[in-house]
Amino acid sequence: MDFLVALAQTRPVLGALGENLDRHLEVAERAIRARARLVVFPELSLTGYHLRDLVPDVALRADDRRLARLARLSRRASIAVGAVEESDDHRFFNSAFLFEGGSLLAVHRKVYLPDYGMFEEGRHFAAGDRFEPVQSRLGRLGLLICEDLWHLSSSYLHFLRRADSLLCLAASPGRGVTGTEGEVGTARAWNTLLEAQALAFTVHVVFCNRVGFEDGAYFWGGSKVVSPFGRVVAQAADGEELVLGPIDGGALRRSRMLTPLRRDEKALLTLREIERTIRVERETPP
Amino acid sequence: MRLPLDAPLATRLLSLFLREEAGKFGFRRAVLGLSGGVDSAVTAALAALAFGGRRVLAVLLPYRQSSPESLLLARDLVGRLRLRSVEIDITPMADGYLRGVRGADRVRRGNVLARCRMTVLYDLSAAWRGLVLGTSDKSELLLGYTTLHGDSASALNPIGDLYKTQVLALGAHLGVPEAILRRPPSPDLWPGQSAERELGFSYERVDALLHALVDRRYAEAECVAAGFPRGLVRSVAGRIRANQFKRMPSLVPKLSNRTLHWDFRYPRDWGR
Repeated sequence: MDFLVALAQTRPVLGALGENLDRHLEVAERAIRARARLVVFPELSLTGYHLRDLVPDVALRADDRRLARLARLSRRASIAVGAVEESDDHRFFNSAFLFEGGSLLAVHRKVYLPDYGMFEEGRHFAAGDRFEPVQSRLGRLGLLICEDLWHLSSSYLHFLRRADSLLCLAASPGRGVTGTEGEVGTARAWNTLLEAQALAFTVHVVFCNRVGFEDGAYFWGGSKVVSPFGRVVAQAADGEELVLGPIDGGALRRSRMLTPLRRDEKALLTLREIERTIRVERETPP
Repeated sequence: MRLPLDAPLATRLLSLFLREEAGKFGFRRAVLGLSGGVDSAVTAALAALAFGGRRVLAVLLPYRQSSPESLLLARDLVGRLRLRSVEIDITPMADGYLRGVRGADRVRRGNVLARCRMTVLYDLSAAWRGLVLGTSDKSELLLGYTTLHGDSASALNPIGDLYKTQVLALGAHLGVPEAILRRPPSPDLWPGQSAERELGFSYERVDALLHALVDRRYAEAECVAAGFPRGLVRSVAGRIRANQFKRMPSLVPKLSNRTLHWDFRYPRDWGR
């Protein structure tokens, strides 16, 4: 399947849900007019990232009426946004909502909440417990949120479950200005990971990272689409941008003909070895 | 070993930082004290890129004992960067207080000067509607080589995550005159004051050590094993610990369930 994906590389206002929602509708509308069939926003795009005690104030239930306008717009294109989701039992998740065909099609709750260095997500959020590609009218989409993608097992599970594209919503703050390539160290690391995963899992990787500053932290953008051959086919800089990139069904097919990694993958062997590892670790005194 | 720096990248990030973080609070102008040293020169150059020179108010704040060269270099930079500027002699202000004080050593007197300057900058901030920019680099902040509520006071401090030697490299990239880059670092709080003599080590040497201790999380023993003199490691690690209070807001005793800083935790850019 061939279609255009729009990377909505935005700069959310921290803790201002209403303002951000209006901006989403405006940007998504623009993407649709440019013939995008999928619009991807960054992690926590409706709220901003460094929320701390604001988390409960900006939380939404998945059926919140304030999301109705986004849902309606999804009749014309699928839309992935980042939000704080409140569950029935009042846990708060760092979630991605995928709207399609006029309603909420899927929710991915971030599994890996970084809680080291400058991060404190584990303090504020509950962790998701699964990776499950969504059967969309645009193929099988594996949703990931930022740190999820640094754990290869996340993408591996999407790969086993036949994802065609990985959609990664990110709010990655830049660190490291001692390199020589003119970009922050974080960007270099991400680019390596994105290209490697596109190749290793023969998928399109759609990465949408936010921009702007929050409390002095710089979000470096660099949103991109990587083809299953590991080639960057669309690329944003570090400002607010709407970038269109191609999802190329032919390329996906050819990559899997040339490198049938999915066909040859030994999931049962992996499972067996993981079980054996866990058993051995359990039985080995530390 | 010189700490590396991608100077063009740092320049872009820091000018973006200034424009965006000031803009969130409705500010399009900045105020800073220009001393004739490298830290304030680099901050001024970044501010000129971020806001435009005419939107940066450089405040020259000499005291009767300040080095005349400082004032000349600061004036020269104002012209080069096309900044707005004002000169305010803080002698009457500082001496008005110090004349009545007995037995103040030069450190106390120096701190009074730094706090007089802060008072002027914050007053002009309100008058000119510009944010006060800090000019303390990471070396100074870690070593506590600042005056609390003096030069350490600011709204935005663009160079606070760059070591002194990196600020020098950035200065060279930004076209800060050699005369400023080559000057021995000094707060110029008393005649002949030298930062490196006072601290007891050169910035080049201490920056590499700070980078190992802070950024790369080397233990003190590992720094010694890597070739840093034991005495230097002990003194620098001690300074970092001893000056932690200068980098923190004042302590509030915890009485309630929700106490400022402990569990009342909102971002500074709240709603912006």
